Amino acid sequence: MTTPLLEIDDVSVSFDGFFALTDFSLRLMPGELRSVIGPNGAGKTTFLDVITGKVKPLKGSVTFRGETLVGLSEHKISQLGIGRKFQTPRVFENLEVIRNLELAASPSKGPFALLTQGIPSRVRDEVQRLLDYVGLGPYAKVQAGSLSHGQKQWLAIAMLVAQSPQVLLLDEPVAGLTDEETVRTAELIKSLAGDHTVLVIEHDMEFIRDLNASVTVLHQGSVLTEGSLDEVQNDPRVIEVYLGQAED
Amino acid sequence: MKNFKRLLPWILLAIAFFILPAILDDFRLNLFGRYFSLAITALAIDLIWGYTGLLSLGQGIFFSLGGYAVAMHLMLNTKSEAGGNGIPKFFENYGVDQLPFFWQPFWSPMSTLILLWLVPAVVAGLVGYLIFRNRIKGVYFSIITQAALMVFYHFFNGQQKLINGTNGLKTSTTEIFGQLVGSPDLQGWFYRITVLLLPLAFLACRYFTSGRFGDALIAIRDDEVRLRFTGFNTVPYKTIVFIVAGLLCGVSGALYTVQSGIVSPQYMTIAMSIEMVIWVAVGGRGTLVGPIIGAVLVNYLRSLVSEALPEMWLFVQGALFIFVVVLMPDGIYGWFTKGGFTRLLAAFGLAPRTATYPQLDLEVAPASEGRVISND
Repeated sequence: MTTPLLEIDDVSVSFDGFFALTDFSLRLMPGELRSVIGPNGAGKTTFLDVITGKVKPLKGSVTFRGETLVGLSEHKISQLGIGRKFQTPRVFENLEVIRNLELAASPSKGPFALLTQGIPSRVRDEVQRLLDYVGLGPYAKVQAGSLSHGQKQWLAIAMLVAQSPQVLLLDEPVAGLTDEETVRTAELIKSLAGDHTVLVIEHDMEFIRDLNASVTVLHQGSVLTEGSLDEVQNDPRVIEVYLGQAED
Repeated sequence: MKNFKRLLPWILLAIAFFILPAILDDFRLNLFGRYFSLAITALAIDLIWGYTGLLSLGQGIFFSLGGYAVAMHLMLNTKSEAGGNGIPKFFENYGVDQLPFFWQPFWSPMSTLILLWLVPAVVAGLVGYLIFRNRIKGVYFSIITQAALMVFYHFFNGQQKLINGTNGLKTSTTEIFGQLVGSPDLQGWFYRITVLLLPLAFLACRYFTSGRFGDALIAIRDDEVRLRFTGFNTVPYKTIVFIVAGLLCGVSGALYTVQSGIVSPQYMTIAMSIEMVIWVAVGGRGTLVGPIIGAVLVNYLRSLVSEALPEMWLFVQGALFIFVVVLMPDGIYGWFTKGGFTRLLAAFGLAPRTATYPQLDLEVAPASEGRVISND
């Protein structure tokens, strides 16, 4: 029995009296690949906000490798090894693609290190490898703002990988991608799992089937059910929250 | 052409250092000295606004602190200014017979030379750290810096007994090296010092904006939250940049004060600090050449307009600002480097029209247009 890498226990989040999460618990094992689905407003993005320190929970605990994350600032949590990709691809638009990656990959994130030190060649190689992997090699010197939507998504994912976090939290990584890009993203994510622990939030069921990961369904701020995609899809409660209550 | 581009800064420097003093009369040379010292402030504002995205409306604080530092030193060391107690005469008007404690360090030229940038830097560090730690940004940052400016303005304006209040400190009638500060000879030297310090300020700004530190600044401007989730604590970055900007404004204020002949709370008015921002917007923010062009050009224009039609300057300045914001969002320099001049010629049929739209890096884009994603 291994201990969970990331453990969210009994967390509640309230926005002015509206409970976005109620008694929410979730565990991620080392090397696990997990996907999370749920209708709009189920609290998917909110629980990522709780893990990454953007939102403070009303109660409950979040522990990563036995260390509590509640109350830590975003950059500290990131430095501990939890990386996050946002729902919309957020990249630094006025920097070249390669500079985006170099910032993310930088082993030291302090101002004095950035002023006085260059990038280690090991990191430079890693950045080049990532660039080629996501097919942005020819665009290395292009400003990130002029990339297409799909390319930005991949740059955002590549930046996340460049941070070399232990846990990757991906919020809708294939939103707005073409089918082909979606398939390739699934490959990328599957190749990351094992070495990394990956949690993916998505609406695209085909993509989740591709990932072949266990599925957690959220509804109204708590976990409705967990299981394989087939189990979950046949669960009457899941059908109910997605399609509405059957008439009696 | 490439050689010319590399030599251009040196040529400009040589012109400013050798040619301008030779061809301009004392009055004009002094004006240019003021423009160049204001250009240092413009560089500082570009560093925090153009690169880091922090629109400070309070740089007048640091500018004035530098100016007051120099003025206090000059006041203390001028015999003709000294009253009965060996302290500046104006104190007698308010019945003050003891020099306020904070004047003491300004007896010495060495400590004055240090304090004129150290005090603004420390104040900027304190103000900046408190603001940034509390994650105040965007328009709230602008409002707070403006409020801080008001506080300083009212303090300096109201404290006759400490700092001569609204009258300010007049430096033109003080003496240094046995000469009047306002004398053409000394003014010529202040001009030369300014011409040498401006490129230094430029290099300092380039040091902070190029390389990986500069990347981080641009990342803060583009998406600070994202940068934080990438593991960067943005507070020290912003604080450092704000300190550097405060320091540069202090130097700029000191140079401006000795050349304009007075420092007064007028330098801490809201209008003055907003003007500083206008120089940068007009010249071109996010570049280092732009603010220098903007500061010199706008202030030169101000002199010309004020001489011809004294009442008109504020209207001209407002119109200029609107013109630039609407038609040249990248400022004069940005407009120029993005091919604006060629486009203008083309509009009059003097140059071939080029397909510049959409100008998605036609030169840099890879040979294989479109999809480059392989399916291996």
